[in-house]
Amino acid sequence: MAAYILRRFVSTIAVMAMVGIFIFLLLRLAPGDPAAMIAGRNAAPQLIASIREQLGLNDPIPVQFMRWVRDILGGDFGTSIFAGRPVLELISQRLEPTLSLAILTMILSVTVGVSFGILAAWRTGGLVDRLLAAFSAVGYSVPVFVIGYFLIYFFAIRTHWLPVQGYVPFNQGLGPWFVHLILPTVALGLGYIAFVARVTRASMLEVLSEDYMRTAAAKGASSYAMLFQHALKNAGVPILTVIGISFAYLIGGVVLTETVFNLPGIGRLVVNAINNRDYPIIQSVLILTSGLYVLINLAVDLAYTLIDPRIRY
Amino acid sequence: MQMHQTARNDVLLELRDLETRFYGEESVTRALDGISFQVMKGETLGVVGESGCGKSVTALSILRLLPKVSARIVGGEVRFHGCNLLELSDREMRKIRGDQIAMIFQEPMTSLNPVYTIGHQIAEAVQIHTKASRSVAKAKAEEMLRLVRIADPERRVSNYPHEMSGGMRQRAMIAMALACSPELLIADEPTTALDVTIQAQILRLIVDLKERTGTAVMFITHDLGVVAETCQRVIVMYAGRIVEQATINDLFASPAHPYTQGLMRSMPDPRRGRQRRLPEIPGIVPSLRDPIVGCSFAPRCPFAIDICREKTPVLRDVRAGHTAACWRAEEVMGA
Repeated sequence: MAAYILRRFVSTIAVMAMVGIFIFLLLRLAPGDPAAMIAGRNAAPQLIASIREQLGLNDPIPVQFMRWVRDILGGDFGTSIFAGRPVLELISQRLEPTLSLAILTMILSVTVGVSFGILAAWRTGGLVDRLLAAFSAVGYSVPVFVIGYFLIYFFAIRTHWLPVQGYVPFNQGLGPWFVHLILPTVALGLGYIAFVARVTRASMLEVLSEDYMRTAAAKGASSYAMLFQHALKNAGVPILTVIGISFAYLIGGVVLTETVFNLPGIGRLVVNAINNRDYPIIQSVLILTSGLYVLINLAVDLAYTLIDPRIRY
Repeated sequence: MQMHQTARNDVLLELRDLETRFYGEESVTRALDGISFQVMKGETLGVVGESGCGKSVTALSILRLLPKVSARIVGGEVRFHGCNLLELSDREMRKIRGDQIAMIFQEPMTSLNPVYTIGHQIAEAVQIHTKASRSVAKAKAEEMLRLVRIADPERRVSNYPHEMSGGMRQRAMIAMALACSPELLIADEPTTALDVTIQAQILRLIVDLKERTGTAVMFITHDLGVVAETCQRVIVMYAGRIVEQATINDLFASPAHPYTQGLMRSMPDPRRGRQRRLPEIPGIVPSLRDPIVGCSFAPRCPFAIDICREKTPVLRDVRAGHTAACWRAEEVMGA
């Protein structure tokens, strides 16, 4: 087990190196010159050239890359070309809304999705099952910004039950924080609820027809014990896998949701950075989210061993 | 459970005209077509027949474990201590399953839950039916493993099914089934999936435990040899019906149904030396989707005459304690 974790960390380093090269090249090879952006629309060529020199953009690309890697390993993610402040500081300022949204969305989609899926599998073809089929068609096919504006219209503008947009930091009160996050979480979560519920349903259906379920019934186990103890644990591995995958997809969804609900998170930081060709920010956010994704995958793989004793590394 | 005083106190389980059907997309299968028999307290009853004759369906019907969507019991009664199990609520039925009637299954490889330890699964049966605490139930699990002669039970309780061999898993299944001292144990082909040497051990174990605990056993098998070793009375099933019922001695001495005779001839017999080829019963089991006119065995039967193809024979006494559903039973016995 320890050897496995070590091996995984070593391969993680290789993966991150590849990701790093890819991210770096992608941005350098894309059209658009950050020095020209900083200098302004009608700047003199000499000014642009001196800015390029200052930013080190004239050095050969391998040199720029090595410098970047060395800085990152030293914990220095660079300085925003545009804002002139350290990237890490900018990111940490924007971290809370994004993390709040992501975590609440995961909690919502796992709890609701798994329960929904179990109930649908328990009574296949029943009311819950048919509701799930209809719901997942909507959840899958309607994009976040449509659902988002729809929710805003009904629950904020028409009824005034919830705030339209914006974010209140956690330390200014749990209530206001939560109230502002309800609509974004629901808008972002619907698709994931559908996703998790479909996989849970399929996985549960497979397990429910297993011989050991009949053994459990022959023992006199209740429906509750059959579903939640005997079946769910066996159905857990695929469910855990989609939760891991969902987390990766979530990163894309967060950007849209932050825009719709005007949340000052990482997503909007990145969108602005892309518009401004603010390389250090784009690179840092990409490398950090890739790292997070790799770690989540590792965590999911390790969590399998807690669910299924047959899986050993 | 309400107890009715029956005329014969030694009857533990009585099936009366049990009819179970399976519903497919377009067809209905009459899996059980009027099954009636009794299991006495403490006896070992063998249920024999080919695959698909309704042996397992009978067992699952008794415990009401048939798949809800596709199967239904459409008629008859299952009286346990005189009380009709088919009329009980789901909750009342759960109290009987695993406590008064327990069951072991054919496939020890797939019949245990792979994500829980053996000890946990045995203890669960105890905890469902008694108020035993976790630790008491765990101790009971260990005791049961010792009872089914698993070596090193202290260690084995915390094993997962995949860490055990097929024979050991079947022992664990038996331990689980007997944990609440049931009055009836239904064993559905418990040795079919095992190696021959392990088969004999498991059979021996079931017979021993049965003698020690006084549990009645309903032994379902396709193997007449197993029946001969374990049972006192036998029921022979064919195409969803009982075709013969007798004590083990009567059945082997003078089978009264041509199907039973065919089954016996197709058993290898070492005394006869090496045969060129075992005789087999010609033809195939009829489809249970179409209504059967006459005797269901008639198309394969060497004794069949006109009446066999026209009228369905009912079970009748051919002598004391020996019944058969054959128009020509007397001639068959003499043959």
